[in-house]
Amino acid sequence: MVNKIRTAQEAVAEINDGASIMVGGFLGTGSPEILMDALVEKGVKHLTVIGNDAGLPAGTYGAKTARGIGKLIEAGMVDHLIASHVGMNPLVGQGMNDGTLKCTLVPQGTLAEQIRAAGFGLGGVLTPTGVGTIIAEGKEVINIDGKDFLLEKPLKADFALIRANVCDEFGNCVHSLSTKNFNPLMATAADKVIVASEKIVEVGGMDPDNYMTPGIFIDYIVGGEKKWQI
Amino acid sequence: MADLKERIAARTAKEFYDGCVANLGIGLPTMVANYLPDDVHVVLHSENGFIGLGAEAETGREQVDLINSGGVYVQHTPEAHFFDTAVSFGIVRGGHVDITVLGAMEVDEHGNLANWIIPGKMVAGMGGAMDLVTGAKKVIISMLHTQKGKPKILKECTLPYTALGVVSMIITEMGVMEITDEGVVLKELHPDYSLEDIKAATECELIVSPDLKPMAEE
Repeated sequence: MVNKIRTAQEAVAEINDGASIMVGGFLGTGSPEILMDALVEKGVKHLTVIGNDAGLPAGTYGAKTARGIGKLIEAGMVDHLIASHVGMNPLVGQGMNDGTLKCTLVPQGTLAEQIRAAGFGLGGVLTPTGVGTIIAEGKEVINIDGKDFLLEKPLKADFALIRANVCDEFGNCVHSLSTKNFNPLMATAADKVIVASEKIVEVGGMDPDNYMTPGIFIDYIVGGEKKWQI
Repeated sequence: MADLKERIAARTAKEFYDGCVANLGIGLPTMVANYLPDDVHVVLHSENGFIGLGAEAETGREQVDLINSGGVYVQHTPEAHFFDTAVSFGIVRGGHVDITVLGAMEVDEHGNLANWIIPGKMVAGMGGAMDLVTGAKKVIISMLHTQKGKPKILKECTLPYTALGVVSMIITEMGVMEITDEGVVLKELHPDYSLEDIKAATECELIVSPDLKPMAEE
């Protein structure tokens, strides 16, 4: 079996300036913090980041550090953020005002489907969400049986950085409770997929019915992800 | 003000029925859960990825892997089911959410809604709101009737739309309105206000229902 186990530094070594990366998580919950830390340490620039939101800045809910994508924003590593909601991270508004950060807002369900389309071999999806709004500008409207839909195209990335609570050495992942969010979807839609897991078990070490993300999507496995400390 | 919001939340709760699946927006809509009668069991959807949203977690008893869509640590109910974002919004767009309650900056007489962007101001993003109002079977806007005296229920929205023709019902401190093909029909008027009061606070025409009732309070 291919050895997928890497350190965080090894796993992010191929992520260079200008890369596009997807980051799992919802306001940090379900984000791979040790991979964020390793990227900040490496100091790459001009990233395109795709995620639900902009993570959280330091100080939110008493947190000492920024969380999730918030770490990359804080370090000034992001040129373009594609997300559904950025209101919890004031650094995004500042960056947009300064002209240092471009932000593309996408309805949350549409973002999920664009990523799923890329990972599932679809040419796009037809969604009623956004019809007649500024989201529809420049997009094809397709009428199916009398109802208008927007054609939303697939969205992929060079890398996907996701989080698991438990992962086996093949890469089969469990994402606890509300940490699933974009993680299983992003695992399908990038050239290289890195998972940071709290725990790594041997292959066969868990009932296969429990796994949520198939290990074939995973290229690198990094252990040592910590539970978020309140 | 707080009392008015409680009144709106309490009236909104009366729209819920046993077994319905609902999604409550942040702020006033969240308060609706406090007014559900014991015999009405509502299953709450949380768009970050589960059915069975419970109350806020007590301090010291938080589970760090369990938040609601506002990032707050919460509990889940015994029937909870957790899933990824594609399933979560499949539930939303697929019409599997019976009722969603949100606030609005503007609603118009065609049921068009604007609640996500003010041009020139910092944009927070629509999050799941556009999907929710597009997909939910019934969209209730629960809000204060005006923005500091300026009407929010209009002939035509002036702000960029969240979605077109999606609003079914508007509940404010002044009354309860339904959006119909004919326009906005006033179904209930709160006893604190006259018809003239509510018409003056509303930009579009209000069609007074032939069986206008006093707005039901607890």
